[in-house]
Amino acid sequence: MTPLFSVRDLSKYYGARIGCANVSFDLYPGEVMGIVGESGSGKSTLLNAMAGHFAPDQGQVMFDTRLDGMRDTVTMSEPERRMLSRTDWAFVHQHARDGLRMNVSAGGNVGERLMAVGARHYGDIRAQATDWLDRVEIAQDRMDDRPTAFSGGMQQRLQIARNLVTAPRLVFMDEPTGGLDVSVQARLLDLLRGLVREMGLSAIIVTHDLAVVRLLADRLMVMKSGHVVEQGLTDQVLDDPQHGYTQLLVSSVLQV
Amino acid sequence: MSMPSQDQAYNFAYLDEQTKRMIRRAILKGVAIPGYQVPFASREMPMPYGWGTGGVQVTAACLTPDDRLKVIDQGADDTTNAVSIRKFFQRTAGVAVTEATIDATVIQTRHRIPEAPLNRDQILVYQVPIPEPLRFLEPRETETRKMHALEEYGLMHVKLYEDIARHGHIATAYAYPVKVEGRYVMDPSPIPKFDNPKLEMAALQLFGAGREQRIYAIPPYTKVVSLDFADHPFDPSKADHPCDLCGADHSYLDEVITNDQGARMFVCSDTDYCAGRQASGHHGRLSPQEDAA
Repeated sequence: MTPLFSVRDLSKYYGARIGCANVSFDLYPGEVMGIVGESGSGKSTLLNAMAGHFAPDQGQVMFDTRLDGMRDTVTMSEPERRMLSRTDWAFVHQHARDGLRMNVSAGGNVGERLMAVGARHYGDIRAQATDWLDRVEIAQDRMDDRPTAFSGGMQQRLQIARNLVTAPRLVFMDEPTGGLDVSVQARLLDLLRGLVREMGLSAIIVTHDLAVVRLLADRLMVMKSGHVVEQGLTDQVLDDPQHGYTQLLVSSVLQV
Repeated sequence: MSMPSQDQAYNFAYLDEQTKRMIRRAILKGVAIPGYQVPFASREMPMPYGWGTGGVQVTAACLTPDDRLKVIDQGADDTTNAVSIRKFFQRTAGVAVTEATIDATVIQTRHRIPEAPLNRDQILVYQVPIPEPLRFLEPRETETRKMHALEEYGLMHVKLYEDIARHGHIATAYAYPVKVEGRYVMDPSPIPKFDNPKLEMAALQLFGAGREQRIYAIPPYTKVVSLDFADHPFDPSKADHPCDLCGADHSYLDEVITNDQGARMFVCSDTDYCAGRQASGHHGRLSPQEDAA
């Protein structure tokens, strides 16, 4: 089985400081990988470098494209990379405001990606948007409201619908549950887990919340100071942490 | 119309020759890449931004002493903007001016295309406030330039989608986005969408945005397509009335409120066209009656 996504020696420096260094891993179709670590450990830098938001200083980010098989997305042309990021890739931002157009209705937000890949039939776009809003539990009568009128949890669900409408194969998520209260978090996680399983998505989830990775991720990567200090199956890493930092991380979760 | 001789304190058509050459280079580039916004070093003009500083600079760069200039503002020859720009070029260039569309060689316009068809010997110069059609959805210039370069125009349809979702039809009535020669999406300046089909014409069309420092062009007979959805096709609508002065039922109309009881009349926005029809004997509902006296 060939990996869907394969990262080799990925490094990003901010001047003399390390953003992330020498990260390598493979992600297989249908697999969900979690990246955990404290603030400033390079999780988001790694995610943004993988998603092509900026060019890494070194390394390869290979993706199994539909047409040409494995391609290095770092060296592919910008139009190709942008096309990839609005078809086969999706990026869920921590703050829904970064990923949504706040002055465009919910339906328009979901429809944008469809129109970006050439949909020109209003009725079809609207039907697909309706279907997706329904899947993320946003009532139909809110379809023409702007996201500014939505609660934080609804905004986040809308962002997910907007990203998944073109049936991507790989989703990057940056703290998808950050800033939401626990009951809303639980619903969102439930929804995400359902969608990931149902659509057979591969996903890379950055979070500092171990409960999120325990629920969603098959595999786990622990980062500290820009380096990967431990990786393995989620349950294995969380139940039997080997590295000192991972042990600290696991033991600092509050027990209620 | 009589014309005073040129004021010798100014170079011909106000701008210095170097500036006119720079603008002509931008125009040539614009003609070579239809619909592409060419940046140019817009000059301070002796009028405020929003009064047509871009159009005036393009006109100045196109004028020759033999030209005959017509200036219209919302179709009218006699409004402040049109009168002051016409006087400006009478004084600084000493060119002949006219109100007759067919007699003009250069026409500077604000927000209308004349009703009379233009020919290949004419130049139509538009005054453009905001040249970037994507601006209201994407405020970053770096991003909109990239979107033009990579032909990523899905966002333009998001605007039309929003119109239909909110109003049940495409409610954009002016500055209706078009795709030029199958490549660049362009803002045709705030002309009513009624005028969009006329953008495919025999005359050269130049667009100047002074504040935004952009020039773009549609060469003669270039293909210009108004964007729409398969199930909501483009509709160049107008007020459903004939002109109350000349009876024309196919020209773009202004609605004029005539008293505070709500009485109103519809008149052609193109004053030259309306006057020409009245002179050749056409009548509308409110035409002055010969036997009224």
